[in-house]
Amino acid sequence: MLEDGKFGKYGGIFVPELIIPALEELEEAFYKYKDDPEFNEELKFYLKEFAGRPTNLYFAENLSKKLGCRVYLKREDMLHTGAHKINNTLGQGLLAKYMGKTRLIAETGAGQHGIATAVIGALFSLPTEVYMGSEDVERQKMNVFRMELSGGKVIPVETGSKTLKDAVNEAFRDWITNVEDTHYLIGSTMGPHPYPTMVKHFQSVIGEEARRQIMEKEGKLPDAVIACVGGGSNAMGIFAGFMNDDKVELIGVEGGGDGTETPRTGATLCKGTEGILHGSLSFVLQNQDGQISEAHSVSAGLDYPGVGPEHAHLKVTGRANYVAVTNKEALRGFELLSKYEGIIPALESSHAVAYAEKYASMEENKGKTIIINLSGRGDKDMFIVAKEMGVEV
Amino acid sequence: MNPNSKKTMTYNQVFEELKNKNEGAFIPFVVAGDPDFETSIEIVKKFVENGADALEIGFPFSDPVADGPSVQTADIRALGSGMTTEKCFQFIERIREFTQIPIGLLVYYNLIYKKGIETFYKRASEAGVTGILAADLPPEEAGSAVEMADKYGVNQIFMVAQTTRNERIDEIAKLGSGFLYVVAVMGVTGARSDIQTSTVDLITRVKDRTDLPIAVGFGISKPEHVRDVIKSGSNGAIVASAIINIITDNLDNKDKALEEIGNFCSELKQSTKI
Repeated sequence: MLEDGKFGKYGGIFVPELIIPALEELEEAFYKYKDDPEFNEELKFYLKEFAGRPTNLYFAENLSKKLGCRVYLKREDMLHTGAHKINNTLGQGLLAKYMGKTRLIAETGAGQHGIATAVIGALFSLPTEVYMGSEDVERQKMNVFRMELSGGKVIPVETGSKTLKDAVNEAFRDWITNVEDTHYLIGSTMGPHPYPTMVKHFQSVIGEEARRQIMEKEGKLPDAVIACVGGGSNAMGIFAGFMNDDKVELIGVEGGGDGTETPRTGATLCKGTEGILHGSLSFVLQNQDGQISEAHSVSAGLDYPGVGPEHAHLKVTGRANYVAVTNKEALRGFELLSKYEGIIPALESSHAVAYAEKYASMEENKGKTIIINLSGRGDKDMFIVAKEMGVEV
Repeated sequence: MNPNSKKTMTYNQVFEELKNKNEGAFIPFVVAGDPDFETSIEIVKKFVENGADALEIGFPFSDPVADGPSVQTADIRALGSGMTTEKCFQFIERIREFTQIPIGLLVYYNLIYKKGIETFYKRASEAGVTGILAADLPPEEAGSAVEMADKYGVNQIFMVAQTTRNERIDEIAKLGSGFLYVVAVMGVTGARSDIQTSTVDLITRVKDRTDLPIAVGFGISKPEHVRDVIKSGSNGAIVASAIINIITDNLDNKDKALEEIGNFCSELKQSTKI
């Protein structure tokens, strides 16, 4: 490999030997094309014309009045397929095409990344197979159907806890078997090097736009940027734009589940310990022997016992703060944004909204300017939210 | 140190002895505690009684990405039966009560990392472990592990695969000791029908580049596979999933499982004699 893929001590390439040549090939291609004018022209074209970039930085006037802060929303929810995931699948999909790969595989939890991969497979005429835990297949039938409509083949995973982490395991096994012609399109800033760096690169368009837009609208930088963190790609994407602006507070919000004091939580950085999962050293939810625990969050996108290694680095160096909000609080955030702004957020993004309310309620934060990364829209969560609210749809 | 450790055999001794007899090493695998602690001890006894030249013992892990369905199932059974890392080391100590052939561990690196790298290697050495292979630890990340392996007199074993370039094979051979684990197929562990020509080519390629003994694993599930890889120049053959499948198929009949494993091992050992 050209680089060790470390962020401080975190990251690296903890994978079976069979995958190493594929990672070397991918790293080489990524470094070659990331600054290639032709590649970037083409990516820019698809980001604009297919995905709908740039997204707006919307001043949420009603919510601002309610919270006593100046609240901006980075509207990633307006993108094609409904979330920021498409920034990364377009980037990696195009890269796979430039590399001459003829098949895409991906893992998915709730199905958002699976859908974003399946549509890219359709766009670039690459057969796409998506691994999805059989529990999730059952819970997210609509998304399975959406993937299949775009020509994606959904493979239910029956092993382990039958959720996202098992889908990742199975996607790795597929890749080990088919490295020659297949690109594994990982959906977050996790996995072995070069994935955390590469996914950050393709998502950093969020932060670049947001920084430019806030300067245009406010004439100054925000006081805080708030984003939800599962694997961590939307947060890393928006943080990237403000990383060197020391005065801008970066806040990652994890899925607290029933509460970080309970075993039913997805708050990996708040509650986990250092360990190795899915190719990199980071924080993980695990027992004292290093056996990986099952995560829990009402939001499937935050329901993962690992987290991207750069977030671990940002946590220990103190550049970013990580907090958790519970399922209940997230649902309150969901209702708050829907009611005050007429914008229905994804349950993942609702965690960021919920923490923004907490942040604004602190005396020292009155009147501050904050950006919430609204990473996805809530259409996919209608049934879950209705059930939680006791409403029959 | 284990009081018996002076008597335990090294990989070198075993491979040399067998070479002189025109034989390869038969190396069966079981997950510690699959389907339960005592039964898997009896399974290891069957291995030894029926000609095992060395042993591969898997420590169960919740997320074994390099393993196919057979080993995954075994890992889940073992964890379900209450295996912990410490119990796995006690398992090795029990094996050392009845055999001195080399014992290799197959683990995932998080089990080592979480215990503390030095703590893990020290405990492994005390328990009588000969070699350790972490399936998700390539040479790039193995500095501390190799250091501790040297310090506590344990071999650090690495894998090479068909996709491994020649210069990389050289680096891996330099870093590793005991033997090189040659991955027979492109894929995860699991029983397969045939040995591919590409496997034979890989054996030749590796043998040309190193004096370290090699053992072939992944997909070795029949006596003819064992014969083929030994004939192609491998010093040993590792059989895992095919044995685990016998356990899986006879969960309600322990005696039958043990008898079948015994017969199967005896057949596999015969096939190492060329």
